[in-house]
Amino acid sequence: MKHLALATGLFAASTAMAADRPILTVYTYDSFVSDWGPGPAVEAAFEQTCGCDLQFVGAGDGAALLARLRLEAGRSPADVVLGLDTNLMAAATETGLFAPHGLQPDLSLPIAWDDAVFLPFDWGYFAFVKNADLPAPSNFRDLAESDLKIIIQDPRSSTPGLGLVMWVKAAYGDQAGEIWQALADNIVSVTPGWSEAYGLFLEGEADMVLSYTTSPAYHLIAESDASKAAAAFDEGHYMQVEVAAKLAGSDQPELADQFMRFMLTDAFQSIIPTTNWMYPAKTPSTGLPAGFETLITPAKSLLLSPQQAGALRDAAISEWRNALAR
Amino acid sequence: MPTVRSLPEWPGWVAGLFLAVFLTLPMAAVLWHAGGGSAPQPADWAALRFTVLQALISAGVSVALAIPVARALSRRQFRGRALLLGLMGAPFILPVIVAILGLIAVFGRAGWLNQILATLSLPQLQIYGLHGVVLAHVFFNLPLATRMILQGWQAVPAERFRLAASLGMGRSMVFRIIEWPMLRGVAPGAFAVIFAICLSSFAVALVLGGGPRATTLELAIYQAFRFDFDLGRAAMLAGIQLALVALATALALRFGGVVHGLAGGQGRPPLRPEAAQPLLRLWDGALIGLVAAFLLAPLIAVVLRGAPALLALPWPVWKAALVSLSVALAATGLCMGLACALAITALRRTGLELLAIGGLALSPLVVGTGVFLLVNPWANPTALALPVTVVVNAVMALPFALRLILPRLRQIEASQGRLADSLGLQGVARLRWLLWPQLKPALGFAAGLAAALSMGDLGVIALFSDPQHATLPLQVLRLIGAYRTEAAAGAGLLLLMCSFGLFWLFDRGGRHAAA
Repeated sequence: MKHLALATGLFAASTAMAADRPILTVYTYDSFVSDWGPGPAVEAAFEQTCGCDLQFVGAGDGAALLARLRLEAGRSPADVVLGLDTNLMAAATETGLFAPHGLQPDLSLPIAWDDAVFLPFDWGYFAFVKNADLPAPSNFRDLAESDLKIIIQDPRSSTPGLGLVMWVKAAYGDQAGEIWQALADNIVSVTPGWSEAYGLFLEGEADMVLSYTTSPAYHLIAESDASKAAAAFDEGHYMQVEVAAKLAGSDQPELADQFMRFMLTDAFQSIIPTTNWMYPAKTPSTGLPAGFETLITPAKSLLLSPQQAGALRDAAISEWRNALAR
Repeated sequence: MPTVRSLPEWPGWVAGLFLAVFLTLPMAAVLWHAGGGSAPQPADWAALRFTVLQALISAGVSVALAIPVARALSRRQFRGRALLLGLMGAPFILPVIVAILGLIAVFGRAGWLNQILATLSLPQLQIYGLHGVVLAHVFFNLPLATRMILQGWQAVPAERFRLAASLGMGRSMVFRIIEWPMLRGVAPGAFAVIFAICLSSFAVALVLGGGPRATTLELAIYQAFRFDFDLGRAAMLAGIQLALVALATALALRFGGVVHGLAGGQGRPPLRPEAAQPLLRLWDGALIGLVAAFLLAPLIAVVLRGAPALLALPWPVWKAALVSLSVALAATGLCMGLACALAITALRRTGLELLAIGGLALSPLVVGTGVFLLVNPWANPTALALPVTVVVNAVMALPFALRLILPRLRQIEASQGRLADSLGLQGVARLRWLLWPQLKPALGFAAGLAAALSMGDLGVIALFSDPQHATLPLQVLRLIGAYRTEAAAGAGLLLLMCSFGLFWLFDRGGRHAAA
């Protein structure tokens, strides 16, 4: 009976309001629509200008979103999907369910972005978060040689977990297996999702936890607590880029286009940093909130292309599992 | 076997049919959508081996510990016994993430136990590994096993122990003649239920197992669904899980046998003649104290962590609590209706019991997907989100309810059925005068468990995540996901209080009415 949140959100609801305004249905992951996520503010801001009813449907996480669209197989009521990431893009493209966005946005990503279908709305760097006063290792090899204890997430059930496996793969290529074997004695626990890992870290179960470089900003800005910091690794940090796309089968294509354009305006982007605790895809004219300047800026940004990520994923996970299962 | 033609069997058949459809149809829908099953991969077999191993050990340890604890509780009356019995239900109904954090606060690297050990300059305990998985599963399931077995003890008429004493039987003789047959009737069922629960464990096994060695079948299902979108493989794995639970239950029922032929007693609490021996008092006291400390310490940790944030919880959390309470009450009603109907019919058709245990083997992911596929062509699945949640919760709580009600019903019918038959007690009159008064404690406990389980169950509810009707466990997860750890601890405590409140009301109601 004790199941974790297998949060596929297949039955996620949207209140069908009998208004004469057109309805734009946006599928997104659960934490986006939660009372503490960006959803409520984004909805209010878009509805001020669109003359429409924006309905978010929350469905688990990014992988669950894609699964739901595949189950609905072209008959989906969704007009826009928001919350896939680069690891899911190859599989998402294969479904042929999405339409090009037709925009040439000026993005603030540290990498070039020219995908015709998927448009980023925020991004971040994976990083190990620690107490600020802990002397941190400066790369995976140092970490493996240290006595530091870390908590990571399972790549088979969690986005950051998969990000870490890709990080090690992108940084070390064929030596990734060795790195994992060396890291095995540092790993206290592997959790199914980010929440368990971060919770255990805050309980003092480990010296560092896999999260994002932006995590300390939450503690600093929302709790006035400067005690957390991210460890800067000199081999670079792997990125997560969260994207949205328009569905080819949308019955509101103009409204969907309007939402995609709105997504990169200040009204949307300024909500992101302090609700999703990620970097906005296009920095608002007012800049980032105070406190973000204290975060580490990796010297090198790592990101495998969707095709590379798709091709390497299974082998990289086997490598991870074989190294840790010994 | 009792002859209960005096009670109608058709409601049980209706319930059984409903259950059979609910257990198989979603899985079939997934298989059909996938165009057939696909073979499990080598890694899936490794997951299966670990899953069965940890479930066997966890169930074995839980039941082995529960027997002496239940015996100690059965022969002791002390202040706070009722409270302790009630509190013992609490670990079982905690949402997983709250329970894990509570366990870690006590047994973790920086937990209370290690702090005590450190001040005594003793070596530190390491919780992560197979032993950690077993520890957590025993924490969850020992109370359940204890309550199930305690019921068995309490059902033995006090007169038998007195008779045994007056015949000068020693403790081993009493055990062999009175207690062993009772245990044979009760313990295998408890073992099967706990085995089934541990079989579908996912987060607990992974977090406390400390790594990918602790991969369970449920995680393999998740991976097949999520990564490869291999619905055929997901359904096959869910089918294997269901078959394992069915096999374990069939074995338990086969070897467990049925308690019958007990002579009637007057239903008094069994004040055992040997209970006055000082050594035995010491032993029982120590045992009860240790178990209470083991079970209550993590709960105290949950309370301490959550109390500061409790009153400042934002409105969406309170609203979610109301949604969860309504879902829990509706699911309890449905579950108890099904359980009573099935129990009456299962008196003569034991196969029905096997069917009900299947609820434990449900993979939320596969069931959710299947129901979605079935509903989607006809109706907006959205509109049915809460009703489906109620049904799934009721079916998942059903095995527990039936396990608690059925053995007691068998005893009543075995010991007093013929008398009632000869008095012509049938139908409603039989329910009112024979069954209701004696069945009440079991019914109350079962209803309390069902209510608390559906209050705290996240697996199913998260499948139906809905911005407008979020349930409390989902809000706890969302708060943690939004870094709001303190508010999440407060919401976790609120959830514990709601679950426990429901459990306490029903359980207390049943036991109070019985006394």
